[in-house]
Amino acid sequence: MPLRRTLMPLAVVLMGMSAASAHAETIQIVMDKLIYIPAETSAKVGDTIEWINKDILVHTATATNGDWNVTIAPNKTERLILKKAGTIEYFCRFHPNMKGRIGVVPE
Amino acid sequence: MLTKLTAALAALCLLTGTAFAQDGAKLTDPQIAHVAYTAGQIDIEAAKQALLKSANKAVRAFAEDMVRDHMAVNEQALDLVKKLNVTPEDNDTSRTLTEQAAAKHAELAKLDDAAFDRAYVANEIAYHKAVNSVLESTLIPSASNAELKSLLQTGLKVFQGHQQHAEDVASKFN
Repeated sequence: MPLRRTLMPLAVVLMGMSAASAHAETIQIVMDKLIYIPAETSAKVGDTIEWINKDILVHTATATNGDWNVTIAPNKTERLILKKAGTIEYFCRFHPNMKGRIGVVPE
Repeated sequence: MLTKLTAALAALCLLTGTAFAQDGAKLTDPQIAHVAYTAGQIDIEAAKQALLKSANKAVRAFAEDMVRDHMAVNEQALDLVKKLNVTPEDNDTSRTLTEQAAAKHAELAKLDDAAFDRAYVANEIAYHKAVNSVLESTLIPSASNAELKSLLQTGLKVFQGHQQHAEDVASKFN
């Protein structure tokens, strides 16, 4: 009984997680020493991109097509939900030598 | 190493158009730390001058970025020298950089409006290029301490980013 009582909530949580991940995922991109890691990634519409800035400098993730512009302070994380399919090139406005690409497929 | 140092300093002379005095000896870590810190301070001062003189939105935004980034990098440099128990040591390279910056500051002070904006951004491109060249060919290879070397390598990427950013700003002048 105690075992069942412990496992039941866990099972509920796990079911919930798998249900959510079937629809949308969170993809992490680390900014470290002026590099987006990974520099290239793939995702689908509805997924969340999470940029984690490990540098001491402010960075941005700015889509070259103007679709989005995310500013990430040092040691902070910012999120963006992808709304459109397509290959998006992005860069840091403050350090344009930082470049990344996300291939977004339809949901 | 002497050849590399001479070549890098010669590049700096060509780019800045002024004589570059140095003693020809290999720089030590305390001297390298001093040069790197000085190079950052010079760019902060240049940006402050731009913020006082310029009304151009793109130029002001660029100058603000320079102040913020170079202050952050220099703070990290200060933390590192403290941790390593190293006292930055003044040297001919730092002195020459400072002298050249003072001359450039005076030259830019005489200009206004678009003429100032263009000259400031042009100098930012030339200055970052020159510092990158010295970092790449001299300071990074000469640094003995691994953490100092790593900080200089990150600094090089920051400076390269700034050079490109300055080139973008310059390309939008009519």
